[in-house]
Amino acid sequence: MKKWIFISLLLFVSLSFTQVLQRFPKPDFQSGYERPVMQTPAPRSLVLEYLDVGVLLLVLSLTTYFAHRRRSRRLIFTMMIFSIAYFGFFRKGCICPVGSVQNVVYSFFNADYVIPLTVVLFFLLPLIFTLFFGRTFCAAVCPLGAVQDVVVVKPLSLPKWLSSVLSLFPFIYLGFAVLFASVGAGFIICRYDPFVGFFRLSGSFNMIFLGGFLLLLGTIVARPYCRFLCPYGVLLNWFSRLSRRHVRITPSVCINCRLCEASCPFDAIHKPTTAEIPEDKIVLVRRIILICILLPLMMVSSGWMISRLYVPLASVHPVVSLAEEIKLEDSGLRTEVSDATQAFRAAGKSTADLFAEAHAVQQKVKTGGWILGGFLGLIFGFKLIRLTAYRRYSEYEIDQGDCLSCGRCFSYCPVDKNGQTIIRLNTEVT
Amino acid sequence: MMSPSRREFLKSGLGSTALLATGGVAGFISSRSGTGDMVWQLDPNICIQCEKCAVNCVLSESAVKCVHSYSMCGYCDLCSGYLEPGAKDRDTAAENQLCPTGAIKRTYIEDPYFEYIIDEKLCIGCGKCVKGCGAFGNGSLHLQVRHDRCVNCNECRIARSCPSQAFRRVPAETPYILRGEEGMRFVKQIPSLQK
Ligand code: SF4
Ligand code: SF4
Ligand code: SF4
Ligand code: SF4
Repeated sequence: MKKWIFISLLLFVSLSFTQVLQRFPKPDFQSGYERPVMQTPAPRSLVLEYLDVGVLLLVLSLTTYFAHRRRSRRLIFTMMIFSIAYFGFFRKGCICPVGSVQNVVYSFFNADYVIPLTVVLFFLLPLIFTLFFGRTFCAAVCPLGAVQDVVVVKPLSLPKWLSSVLSLFPFIYLGFAVLFASVGAGFIICRYDPFVGFFRLSGSFNMIFLGGFLLLLGTIVARPYCRFLCPYGVLLNWFSRLSRRHVRITPSVCINCRLCEASCPFDAIHKPTTAEIPEDKIVLVRRIILICILLPLMMVSSGWMISRLYVPLASVHPVVSLAEEIKLEDSGLRTEVSDATQAFRAAGKSTADLFAEAHAVQQKVKTGGWILGGFLGLIFGFKLIRLTAYRRYSEYEIDQGDCLSCGRCFSYCPVDKNGQTIIRLNTEVT
Repeated sequence: MMSPSRREFLKSGLGSTALLATGGVAGFISSRSGTGDMVWQLDPNICIQCEKCAVNCVLSESAVKCVHSYSMCGYCDLCSGYLEPGAKDRDTAAENQLCPTGAIKRTYIEDPYFEYIIDEKLCIGCGKCVKGCGAFGNGSLHLQVRHDRCVNCNECRIARSCPSQAFRRVPAETPYILRGEEGMRFVKQIPSLQK
């Protein structure tokens, strides 16, 4: 693979000698003049890239230790500041595990793309940690999460129906990001990353505006990007539900004192349920039957819907949009030519090839649309089921999927490690 | 509803499945991965100097700058990359210069040769000189992503808007696509190709 890149490079270099017109002969200097040497500064060294992976591993381990063993919000907060400084401002927010999802998908579908090992590690390490310890990555390692976490001032508790609806967006976002990355239409997670402009202290107006808006909103709705947009969060949420160990509010046993009830800004604490009559068997069976009909129906209908949109969706791909422009011009529907079509025509490539390539992309998007629609239908269906299902809680319990392991609730619990109730005067936390 | 022990059992089963799946993905991706890094570069033979490079980089001062392959330069007095097309005089007066920021330094070498050096601090990567040089000269001026500046975005913002699709990811060991003898630099580095 690598060899191919080099061979094409070699080919290109030898071509460039012939292709570029040497209109004027090379001068034959008499005065002993020496030509200057073109400077070619190297990219950031590979050692530093691996150092980043090392830092990621270290910060992940420390945060996990601080959350699980030390149970200290202050230490977690310190890690958060470090992550904002290092992964945010120093490394300029790139590459981050959130965006790496796309690189992984792209390399799955595109054998020509040699995905750097560092990117693979950035993708995997947080997932593996989450599978064992819950979302400690989100707690203090992710720069996007950390930057939102430090602006939480007066978090409101959202009504359940609203957060359920909003929490569908990450699935949609992830689904489309995977679809676009798999057909090579681009990396939309990076394109609409709201905080990277902030880390680089430059960026387009839209980017800065979106980031500013989310941060402002984040003062009253804690971590809006994490909860209602982040596509990587979907995977972390799933993995965290299955985690071997997860942080708990109480270090030993819950005494249902209600002190922690409102401590979580993300509404990730379940209250104990009041004793209710267990569900009727018939109702249960009826619901299962309903689900069995509803799920496939939703999957097929949303698959059909999204695949029908394949033309506008595929036009995000540069080849497809170029083909569309060429068609417009050839049919005389558009008179002024664009840079892109001009460049294409000047290069003398065949339009038939271009159209064939564009058509192939469109077909891929069509198929992908069915899969994506099926996936989203499944998710929506499951969410519906979960809304109607009744789950009993006997004590104050963390929702393992939604909990970001931020550590805020720990200090609210008056029970110590040995199960003794201690009266603490200072329950203030940052 | 589900009893707590059954829930635990299901959870640990799914957990192991997730671990295995992650391992599987890791294995597959590792077979596709390389230990090196990839960086963005533009192919000067495809570039049409549309001037988007100057404005579309995420950095407010673009990472793309003009470079000069001296090995190809004709050292022309009448440099079409330096002088405004209808320039009155062939001199260093600002109104005669094509470059909007005056980033090209013209120095007399010997009759009839002039040397042109890019002052990268001033260059904004607009490609006006590149266009001029390519149209009537030897094409020794061209645009490149400068890796001391580029922050290597996961998706390059210029690549996305480049009308000629001149951008691509290249291995970090060969981070430039240069014209002329200068281009050989990054081919020579690879021993397997020297045979
Ligand atoms: S939810 Fe996403 S953005 Fe938020 S901290 Fe986790 S990975 Fe980062
Ligand atoms: S640790 Fe989890 S449950 Fe506790 S406050 Fe933070 S997010 Fe909420
Ligand atoms: S955007 Fe593309 S065509 Fe335009 S100047 Fe840059 S490389 Fe050249
Ligand atoms: S990768 Fe980013 S910094 Fe580099 S040239 Fe492209 S937009 Fe600019």
